[in-house]
Amino acid sequence: MKIFQRLVPWILLAIALFILPAALDDFRLNLFGRYFSLAITALAIDLIWGYTGLLSLGQGIFFALGGYAVAMYLMLNTKSLAGGNGIPKFFENYGVDQLPFFWQPFWSPVFTLIALWVIPAVVAGLVGWLIFRNRIKGVYFSIITQAALMVFFHFFNGQQKLFDGTNGLKTSTSELFGQLVGSPDMQVWFYRLTVVLLPLAFLVCRYFTSGRFGDALIAIRDDESRLRFAGFNPVPFKTIVFLVAGALCGISGALYTVQSGIVSPQYMSISFSIEMVIWVAVGGRGTLVGPIIGATVVNYLRSLVSEALPEAWLFVQGALFIFVVVLMPDGIYGWITKGGFRTFLAAFGIAKPAKTYPKLDKEAVPVD
Amino acid sequence: MELFFSQILDGLSIGSVLLLAATGLAIVFGLMGVINLAHGEFMMLGAYVTYVVQSAFKPMGGVIFELYFPVSLVLAFIVTGLIGVLLERTLIRQLYGRPLETLLATWGVSLILIQLIRSVSTAMMLGIIVGVVVGFIISKLLAAKFSEKPFFTYLNGLGWAIAIGIGLIAVNLFDQVRPLAKPWFGPRNIDVTAPKWLQGSWGMIGGIELPGLRIFIILLSALLLLATYWFLNKSVWGLRIRAVTQNRQMSNCLGIPTDRVDSITFGIGSGLAGVAGCAITLLGSVGPNLGAAYIVSCFMVIVLGGVGNLLGTVLASLLLGIIQSVIGSGTLLTIFPDMPLAAKGVIEFFATTSMSLVLVFIFIIVFLQFRPNGMFPQKGRSVDA
Repeated sequence: MKIFQRLVPWILLAIALFILPAALDDFRLNLFGRYFSLAITALAIDLIWGYTGLLSLGQGIFFALGGYAVAMYLMLNTKSLAGGNGIPKFFENYGVDQLPFFWQPFWSPVFTLIALWVIPAVVAGLVGWLIFRNRIKGVYFSIITQAALMVFFHFFNGQQKLFDGTNGLKTSTSELFGQLVGSPDMQVWFYRLTVVLLPLAFLVCRYFTSGRFGDALIAIRDDESRLRFAGFNPVPFKTIVFLVAGALCGISGALYTVQSGIVSPQYMSISFSIEMVIWVAVGGRGTLVGPIIGATVVNYLRSLVSEALPEAWLFVQGALFIFVVVLMPDGIYGWITKGGFRTFLAAFGIAKPAKTYPKLDKEAVPVD
Repeated sequence: MELFFSQILDGLSIGSVLLLAATGLAIVFGLMGVINLAHGEFMMLGAYVTYVVQSAFKPMGGVIFELYFPVSLVLAFIVTGLIGVLLERTLIRQLYGRPLETLLATWGVSLILIQLIRSVSTAMMLGIIVGVVVGFIISKLLAAKFSEKPFFTYLNGLGWAIAIGIGLIAVNLFDQVRPLAKPWFGPRNIDVTAPKWLQGSWGMIGGIELPGLRIFIILLSALLLLATYWFLNKSVWGLRIRAVTQNRQMSNCLGIPTDRVDSITFGIGSGLAGVAGCAITLLGSVGPNLGAAYIVSCFMVIVLGGVGNLLGTVLASLLLGIIQSVIGSGTLLTIFPDMPLAAKGVIEFFATTSMSLVLVFIFIIVFLQFRPNGMFPQKGRSVDA
């Protein structure tokens, strides 16, 4: 049994790497690539919400920053997209003839590979530090992160001269290594990259949630005041974990952008960032397997429902939010591991009920 | 200078709408520690109530039609208030003491409300009624037979799932009938025409025109604010609400029915949102997505103003409204044409509605560095204040 449990992750990885590409057509495989890249975001949110108790409604900021970093590199280095001055064509629409200064470093692939996770991390660290050092927490933290998201959305949406505004940056027609990014061959490679990076993100999260650092995070979640009284300063812990989550979201956003073919301010819409939270809630927060399951299942469900009945998706999503929060707070994975499934079987007499001591509800005798 | 004052007036009227909406949100947040993400959707419902009332009054024409607006104000308050009470009784109460989960659940509610307004038709309404009735019948029947069995909960869930399925089939059947399938509102924006007595100007003061709409909105929110103040400070239920806000457990021990206090407060908060939605219809066309535009500003008001103090909410919302309108319209440039070039560049950069939001947010983050609990923090001895 033990050996089997050890083998499970490797089997899953092998299935994702070798069996799925053979079994699915290009379109479906691309969709799964997107789900797995979103799963990295879900892991990041689990790190800050499931383990540290910080419900951020603004992870879309970091997701989109990563996406924009990659898109800017691709736009600059594609000859077919360049206009008269050797800068991307869309600038001409707004009468810009000089590349904005912050686009300059994105000529370099090395800089881009570093920037796509360092920039989100720095922004996250800064925002986090400014909020945490004032002991702002709980619901206040959530609504401030949401406001921050709104601000970034308006900034990217309104600045056509800098980021092409609402249209976003289209990456599917750009080129990398002399091939179209949107071509099936490239997409398979991006899928493989995602499947390799997802377990790495998992390991990063496991590193941060185990050991003393992980204990501190859980202590912050369960009772921050008590941790303070015990002599710890929770601010650095929270800032670091928020920063790590920001970096992971950036990587996830970059992977998602190259696979979906566009990055636009819609990645910073309020609804998308809250959706990310529900992936974690459905999968099971406070576990590292849960978010991966959640992100994949919910997004697959989304594709299915949207293909069949586009209008129904919002109803399903809304119901999912309410159902998970009220009836299944531990999510799918938590429900199984915490004995929910066993109780379910026991209720129908299939498994033996777990022995609890004592059966207060049934056999309680009033004491006089 | 006149332009400046009219911008201030604009800002004040936007601020007043914010104030109406944020007051409701702030009272509920102060009392229950719960942020209602569906608050914006309650505003949207209020706007749609106004639209329905207007459509109902249209055939009467003449003087009676001119009176539709006061009627819709009252109805918007009542309808959204009742929906708020229903939401509190069925959902929020289940999640007591879990504020973050409540946030997510109310977001689910808001998604459902948005889609409901977009696609509601007579057929859909009938289907929902069929589904709910069947569901209740099934669960009553099951309860009579199996309520003692350990698998009752799961069976009940299955029963409701079947009821939803039957409801969906019913919707599809009713959809076959052409007149029933027509959506009531559809996904598009709707327009409410302001009554004649609100259009045009209400006279001049010192060479500045007073647009009737704006003045009316400012007066309306001032009146409602006074009413809320009176209710909270002078009425019996207001006293109870304040008591529960200060110390829930102690109030409970002293015999205050805290669950009813919760319901009433939530109802009033939602009702105020409905009235705010009613006022928004005067400012422009409204659509199912109206809530999202206002809810974040409401949050900023709460963060800036602090909880449990109406004065903070008032100051914060008016301030935000004025900053947004004065900076966003770029009026400062026309008033002070000879400012230094650097300042000019900065102001030009922020001179759109969306960019002024960016500035407001930066302002709030800086402000929070000095006053982390808002302008008027609640004084108390609890650790987690």
